[in-house]
Formats: sequence, C-alpha cells, structure tokens
Amino acid sequence: MTERHQDRKIVVSDPERCSGCGLCEYVCSMVNEKTFNPHKSRIRVIRRGLVNMAVSCRKCKDPVCVASCPKNALSQEKHTGIICVDEHACTGCGWCIGACSFGALNLHPDKKIVYTCNSCDVFNGVPQCVQWCTENALQYITAENLAQKIRQKIVSQLLETREVAKTENCNK
Amino acid sequence: MKAYAGKILHVDLTSGKSRVENLAEQTVKLYLGGMGLGINLLMDHSKPGRDAFDSENPLIYCTGPLSGTLGLAGNGYSVVSKSPVTGGVGEGQVQGFFGSELKRAGYDAVIIKGKAANLSYLWIDDDNIQICDAQHLKGSSVQNVEQKIRNELGDFYIQVSGIGLSGENLCRFATIISDKYHTISRAGLGAVMGSKNLKAIAVRGTQNVDVADLESFTEFVKNNYQRVKNLETGKYQFSSKSLLELNSLSVLANKNWSSTVFVGAEKFDADYCIGGRYVEKTVGCATCGMNCNRVVAANGVFTDVSLQFDFDCLLSLGFLCGVDCFDAVAKAASLIVTYGMDCISVGAAVAFAMDLYEHGLISLEQTGGVDLRFGNIDAMFDLINKIGKREGWLGNVLAEGVVQAAQTIGGEAVNYACHVKGLELPGYDLRVLKNVALWFSVTFSGDRYLRNKMKMGKFGDVGSSKIEAGVGCVVAHENFLCNVLDSLIVCKSFSGVYTWKDLVDYYLFATGIKFTEEELRQVGERVENLARLFNILEGKGTRVYDDLPYKIKNVHLQVGDQKMVVSDEELQVGLDDYYVACGWTADGIPTSARLKQVGLGALSYISEAAIAAVRAQGED
Repeated sequence: MTERHQDRKIVVSDPERCSGCGLCEYVCSMVNEKTFNPHKSRIRVIRRGLVNMAVSCRKCKDPVCVASCPKNALSQEKHTGIICVDEHACTGCGWCIGACSFGALNLHPDKKIVYTCNSCDVFNGVPQCVQWCTENALQYITAENLAQKIRQKIVSQLLETREVAKTENCNK
Repeated sequence: MKAYAGKILHVDLTSGKSRVENLAEQTVKLYLGGMGLGINLLMDHSKPGRDAFDSENPLIYCTGPLSGTLGLAGNGYSVVSKSPVTGGVGEGQVQGFFGSELKRAGYDAVIIKGKAANLSYLWIDDDNIQICDAQHLKGSSVQNVEQKIRNELGDFYIQVSGIGLSGENLCRFATIISDKYHTISRAGLGAVMGSKNLKAIAVRGTQNVDVADLESFTEFVKNNYQRVKNLETGKYQFSSKSLLELNSLSVLANKNWSSTVFVGAEKFDADYCIGGRYVEKTVGCATCGMNCNRVVAANGVFTDVSLQFDFDCLLSLGFLCGVDCFDAVAKAASLIVTYGMDCISVGAAVAFAMDLYEHGLISLEQTGGVDLRFGNIDAMFDLINKIGKREGWLGNVLAEGVVQAAQTIGGEAVNYACHVKGLELPGYDLRVLKNVALWFSVTFSGDRYLRNKMKMGKFGDVGSSKIEAGVGCVVAHENFLCNVLDSLIVCKSFSGVYTWKDLVDYYLFATGIKFTEEELRQVGERVENLARLFNILEGKGTRVYDDLPYKIKNVHLQVGDQKMVVSDEELQVGLDDYYVACGWTADGIPTSARLKQVGLGALSYISEAAIAAVRAQGED
C-alpha cells in the first residue's frame, strides 16, 4: 500500500458533545494496561464544565516528538502514523512531551518511559475509547473526513435558519 | 480482595499524625463499603452522647467497591458522621470524581478525628499525608478553594472536597462539596468538618484499581450502558418533564406546605426541560453515561449565574418559597452553593421564616426590615445571604435549623417547622404521598434522597394512597435496597436500572465475592439495624422519634374535594406494620433475635438495655 498521509485516522473529540465523564480514560487503561487507572491512559480529558475535551495523539506529519528525541527512541509507523516508542531506548527524559503541541504524550508512572495513543493497534478497526463513548463525542476519522463533516454541519445549520425564517414569515 | 484498596487511613488533626490500618475482609463482607462501612466505623469510633461538634466525633470518608473502576454510576464516595442536625447517623453519598481519586490513593476509608489549631486542609498524595495551612482560604467558596489548591500544589487533576463559609460558621445546613457543585447535601456534615478546622481534603491517587473478573465486568458494564442509553434513562429525566403532572396531583408542596396546586408551575416546566434556554449543557460524573448534571446559566433577569442544578432545588427554593421565577431560583441556588449550603434545607428554612412572617410570629423588626412575604425574591436572597454569613438575628437563628429556630422564636412557631428528626423536608407533600410519609418517618437519617419519581410510583397510586397494612413491608424492602445502593455507592438515578440480580453480578465481577440475592438484601437489613442501634445509643432511635411534622399530621390539605392529612392513628398503623416487617419491638427497637439473624448478635446488649429502659419508663 502506498503511504498517504490523508488516510491516517486520528481520534478527535467534539468539545460540545463531550460530557467530561472520563470513560475513555478508563477504557484506555483497561485495554492497554488491563487495569483501571486514568493516570495510565493514552487519551486525557480536560474538564471545564461547559466545554470538555479529550486529547490524544494527532499523528502529525513529520512529528516533532520523533525529531526531538535525543535517543532516537521514537518512530512513526508508515501506514498508520502511530508513534512507536522503543522501550529499551527511551530514558523517560520527557523532551518529546515538551515538544508536542497537544500534550498527547505522557510519562508512564510505573515504567518511567513515554507512551502515547496506539489506536489500540487496529488499523482499520475503531479504537476502544471511540467505541465506548456514550455521547458519541469521539470519532476515529481522517482529517479530510473531519473537514467534510464540519462543512456539512455548517450548511445544515444555515438551512435550518432559513427554514425557521420561512416559517416565521408564513406565520406573519 | 479485588476492587478494594484494603486500607483505612486514620488522621488525627490535633496531633497532625496519621496511620494506616488494614481493612478486614470480614468487615467488607458484612458492610460492602460506602455508607455501610461508614456507619460500622462510626459505631466503632464514637462514644454515645458526644456532641457532633466535639473534636473526637469522627468524620468518615468512605469509597465504595466500585469507585475507581469503569463501573457505571459507581464512582462515588460517602461521608458518615454523627449529624449535628438529627443527633443520629448523618450520611451522604455523592458521585463525581473525588471518590475514584481517593480509591486510587489507596484508601477504602479515611477517619478524621481531632481539631486542627488553625484552618487547614488535608493533602492526601497516595501514601504521603500532610496537613497544610488553609488560613488564606478562609471564607472562600469550595469552587475557589478547588482552583486555589490545584494551583498551589501544581496539579490540575487533584480532586478537592471541602466546605464553604457556612461550614466554617457551623451553620447546620453546611454541606461538603466536591467537583464544584456535587454536594453531600443533607445532615449538616459540612459543619462537622468546619468544627474540626478542616477546610478541605485534596487528594491525588495514582494507583491501579483492579477488578476480579475484568472480562465479565466489562461486558456487564457495556450491556448496562446500552440499557441506560435506551429505555431506562427516561426515569431520571422523567422527574423534570413531569413537573406539571406532579403539580396537578398536588404532590409538590408549596408555600411551606400550606397550599395545594402551585399557580406558577407552568413557568418552570418549559424552562427547566432539557434543551430549554437555561440549560447550557448536560455533563456527567466519572464514567457515567447518564449525564444528568444540568449546567444552568440564568440568562434572564439575573446574570452571572452558573451552577449544576437539581430537581429538588427547584422544589425547595421555588415551590416552597412561592417563587415562580426560574432565574431567581437559579440565582438563589447559586448563592447557596457559594456559601456551601444545602438547597433543600435552606429553601425549607426560608419558607418556614416566610410562613412565620405572614402569620405575624416574627416581626418586620426581627427580619431586619425585610418584607418576608412568600414569593418576595429579594427577601429570599437577603435571607440566604444572612444565613450563609450568620448575619443579623434571623440569619443566626435560622442557621441552627428549623427545629432550634422554632424553639428560639417560641409560641406556635414549632407548628410551622416541617422536618423529620430535625432535618428539613424536601418539597414533596407527604399528605398526598402517604406511604412515602411513612417511609420518611422511619428513616434513620431524617430523610433519604428521594430523587426518583419511579420510587414514588412503587408506592401505588399517589393520588389516593393511604397507609394500610402491608405497606411496612414495602418500605422496609426499599430501605434495605437503598442501604445496599448506598454501600455499593451506586447512584440512585440508577436504582431502577439494576435489579438485585444485577447488583449481585456487579459485585461478584468487581470483587470476586459471591453473594446470593438474599444475602445482599440482608446486608441492607444489617445496615438498617446498625444505624438504628446507633440512634438508640444517642437516645434518638425509638418510636417517638419516628414522627411527622405538625403540619402533615394536623393541617388538612384540600385536594379536589378531598381533605388530605396523615393522621396520627394512620401513622401509628404504618409504624406497627413497619416494625413487624423489620422484626423490631413495638417501640421500634431491634430484638436480640433479629440482630442475631442479621449478624449483629454482639450488639444485642444495646437493644436489651433500650427495651429495659422503655419498660422502666412505662412502669413509672
């Protein structure tokens, strides 16, 4: 398969839908660590009440985390864009954590090495956090599809406004 | 012992020392955790007759077996202590994020005794326990305290559970609040915390929480998410949508339990419905798919209001006070939360004062020149501020709770105070919900959080119910179920989702401990008996205390062409029935035989002494 960046799917969260319940964090630790501990989750929730959001790896092109690692412990999988951590090479210095603009890398509390979203090691399937989210706030989606959806939504809203205006005119 | 942390933390604020004790598996099997474990620890660590504000009165935080897991509606914590309001068991459960963090820190329970020299907060960072100075937080609302402590300790994932100004002032409506708006609302436990000079508990827990059977547990939870998302959620939403329906049935009390149908109810219903203009968003507690916390922003008359809102606030601050403006209710609730008080009790207290004022039992001079008529919004705000700050004569008097206030005011005031065991009633009219009236009268903590309309539905046709033989059994069963839910700390919004079989499975998959349905029910009964024994030791546990307020028993409520009242004879019939169902004596004291049956044989000396005391009184 040819490598196409636009095919890479990432986990994105809709801040308007996200209720901040943190279910995705628990599910992530359950799948990847076989325990319940949000401190070991690869996706992290920020709760601000009205606006909440879950953040995980964006699978950037030419990722800065990989470039910043002084030990060459990080690499990016060609097809999926997943950031892989060489557990033996990583010293847990945390340089990559500082380099990432999204706070998507974390230091593992036990292993003392960095870790980030591995898409539950599925390429075509859907990661568990997305499957579990009860609010449908998470999507596993390519950047292109995400943009499409947003555009569709905006146009739908415009249409709605038009319909409302029409009905109001009729009522007059 | 999977799912449990297996440890109890003891903190002495006087000496600043702490120690850790192991939690015995035997205790867990008897009391599950949460409220049950809390009441058990309270029994072990308190001395009868000691004042609730005595520094040695233990303040007990408990997590449940499901806290810290993916468990649906199980991520809560429980606070138990002797209540300064009822003088008996004071308890409260709340969901949110604090409970799971405390479990991850490695504790099933935290027992706090003593009194700090200055206002302090307790910092639990896994096994590192510190008592930090909190004098700079004096008078702050819990919402601010949370932010300040997070900034101070430099971690934004720290969870904080604390008190506001009213707790520091030992106001009897004071609550313990976590996650900004989640309150351990009833029983005045915030004041117990304040009496220890403890402003807050901050916790960070990084340890794993493991369940016994991960696969089955996950499968169980997943299935229940679907159930909640499909049919069962309506139950909780139902309560708000059916506000008008309840109002038309005269179920909702208004103007301090003095009239029937509330005229302004229509104004609420449209606004309160989800998606209405006031509800900005619904958010959820940890790992819960229900998302029933409505973030409300009043964008009408009063600006700068944002809080999470509950049905009961609306009943107490709106209906009881005769206020038909949602903006005003939201603003009042927001004020109350800022002071760290309980909306239900404060609403009832304000309504009580308004009733007294309208009947000329308190004068304009005593209210500080405020025209305290029903429905006067500004007067309500004024009085809430005064209670929160303990300002002025009336503010100070009411801050002691309606029972104490009625005694201070004197005269007929006592007839206007609506409470059970000293705790103000939530805004349901018990004269119409007669079986619920019985239920309220026999609870050990004053009242149980009666959130669900579904619960009322269980007690038959609400419009025409009367207390008759057989209802005692239903009430007893409900009490036991409530105790089990509160000990597992399963949110009451879910009490209709889980059957007994579900609860058994849930517990088995989480902990690996196998109960039968009957054994689990017996845990509920054990907790009920234990709480009763605690109240008996405190001199508050016998039949005379299972009473209803004057208004409910004597003032007739006109419903259609019927006049409704719960007469004393009717209540006594219900009590007899309930005591028989529980296996208690006619004085409401657990018999030794029943105590042995539920595994509390060692405590039968308490009931024997109480029975003897009642007999001696009778002979006099």
